[in-house]
Amino acid sequence: MTPQEIYENLKDKFGESIVSFEEDIADPFVTVAAESLADVAQYLAQDEALAFDFLMCLSGVDLGAKDPNYYVVYHLYSMPRRHKLVLKIVLPKEEDPHVSTVEHIWRTANWHERETYDLYGIIFDGHSDLRRILLPDDWEGYPMRKDYTEPEFYRGMRVPY
Amino acid sequence: MAAPQPESKIIELKPFTDEMIVSMGPQHPSTHGVLRLELKLDGEVVRDAIPHIGYLHRCFEKHSENLNYQQIIPFTDRMDYIAAMNMNWGFCLAVEQLMAKEEGKFPGVPERGEYLRILIGELNRIGSHLLSFGTYGMDIGAFTPFLYAFRDREKILLLFEKICGARLTYNYIRVGGVSRDTPPGFMDEVKEFIDYFEPQIDVYNSLLTANRIFIERTANVAVMDAEMAINYGITGPNLRGAGLQWDLRKDETYSIYDRFDFDVPVGRDIPELGVVSGDCWNRYKVRMDEMKESVRIIRQILESGLPDGPVQAELKAVRPPKGEIFSRSEAPRGELGFYIVSDGTPKPVRVKAKSPCFTALSALQELSRGLMVADIIAIIGSIDIVMGEVDR
Repeated sequence: MTPQEIYENLKDKFGESIVSFEEDIADPFVTVAAESLADVAQYLAQDEALAFDFLMCLSGVDLGAKDPNYYVVYHLYSMPRRHKLVLKIVLPKEEDPHVSTVEHIWRTANWHERETYDLYGIIFDGHSDLRRILLPDDWEGYPMRKDYTEPEFYRGMRVPY
Repeated sequence: MAAPQPESKIIELKPFTDEMIVSMGPQHPSTHGVLRLELKLDGEVVRDAIPHIGYLHRCFEKHSENLNYQQIIPFTDRMDYIAAMNMNWGFCLAVEQLMAKEEGKFPGVPERGEYLRILIGELNRIGSHLLSFGTYGMDIGAFTPFLYAFRDREKILLLFEKICGARLTYNYIRVGGVSRDTPPGFMDEVKEFIDYFEPQIDVYNSLLTANRIFIERTANVAVMDAEMAINYGITGPNLRGAGLQWDLRKDETYSIYDRFDFDVPVGRDIPELGVVSGDCWNRYKVRMDEMKESVRIIRQILESGLPDGPVQAELKAVRPPKGEIFSRSEAPRGELGFYIVSDGTPKPVRVKAKSPCFTALSALQELSRGLMVADIIAIIGSIDIVMGEVDR
């Protein structure tokens, strides 16, 4: 299926929860409302015609001070059907960014979500083990955010060099 | 009158002892880098193995946001330093695909450049699998294969040194082609190496693959079926070892791989050896077979010869248009993905590297439950991780 067909399929099924479809771009993507992500993901993974069994990548995105949102991007692939889909979640920066986990659908999301939490501070509700993964456990702040300033010292060691 | 018999006592054996927590690593010879495993042991049995990573985190993604596209390429070298050519290639492929979305921005890689990329990429795949094979043997307790593997990997490194001046971090594949042409006589040396190397694969197989002790240690250990592998996002030899014929070079072909004839080896059950599809032995064997396929590809290049022409496309500037792309390529350890968001400036807004080793390592916890401590070593070697890529 083409991204357009998948989008129409999702739109029929979920209506308002599917916010928009961006086509004129290198990788077309579907924007999904954050609160219905778990349902949409479940449907995508289990529907026979869609069969998205493979989560290729899960990334957090911060586009800088001009953009008031964080994004979480899911790159999905279907091994049996051989089509792909990009899902995007928009999370306002003002509130604590929250989105439900997809770990129970694709187990690979476990570590990817931990990484996104570690670097972007996005909280995945329902995650079984949401800890920092790449940074030390007592690190403060979320370094991949564009407004992050590194601390002067970490445990007595000078950080900027 | 007979003496009274003592009352028989039933001594209860407690089969379970207290749980012991052992920290394996970060400095451990068999962890292939700085990986720490928190093992919860019940005697010899592993109840849980929790990987702790991040010891080699060098903020690749954060660095990338402050560099222009060409400057990022040397950073990709330092991800999977065993297969740095393939890392360069994966990143350049993503940038090229993004640039190609705008008319006339990217003229395409010249023919000679594509051939050189495949030649170098496959040589690096052999080098990477050689290292994996050698160190795996050493982990299991066979020291000799390691010496053979490093002796022959050295020959590949010498070839790389001739073509790009570096032995480990090459920065050879650039956006639009490769950085320089072959030195005189290079192709003859490749031919010499391939002629020498092809029979060596059988030597390795007789040294380790069919070794009874090795089979006992790896056969039917930590079986991962294809469904579990896909659910964990595991790709490359680890997925193929589970019996699924999936290779991006064939299934989502890029560069000019569609012109070459090669097979995709997969794992299989061999009852007489006690080997089942998806176990450590099969993951290892797929790599050995892939070396043969890489040799086949290189032979085809040698037969046809490199086409004449430039090795690098003439680009005014590496400045992809506004947009985003997720591109993947088949690195020796699995699918290497790059997610790039560009706003049209010379620097990317976001670069995310999807590392195949990262996902492979995330399955370790589930794979190792209920096995012996010694099996953990067999698993880590068989999923073939490079911590530089896991931590980025």
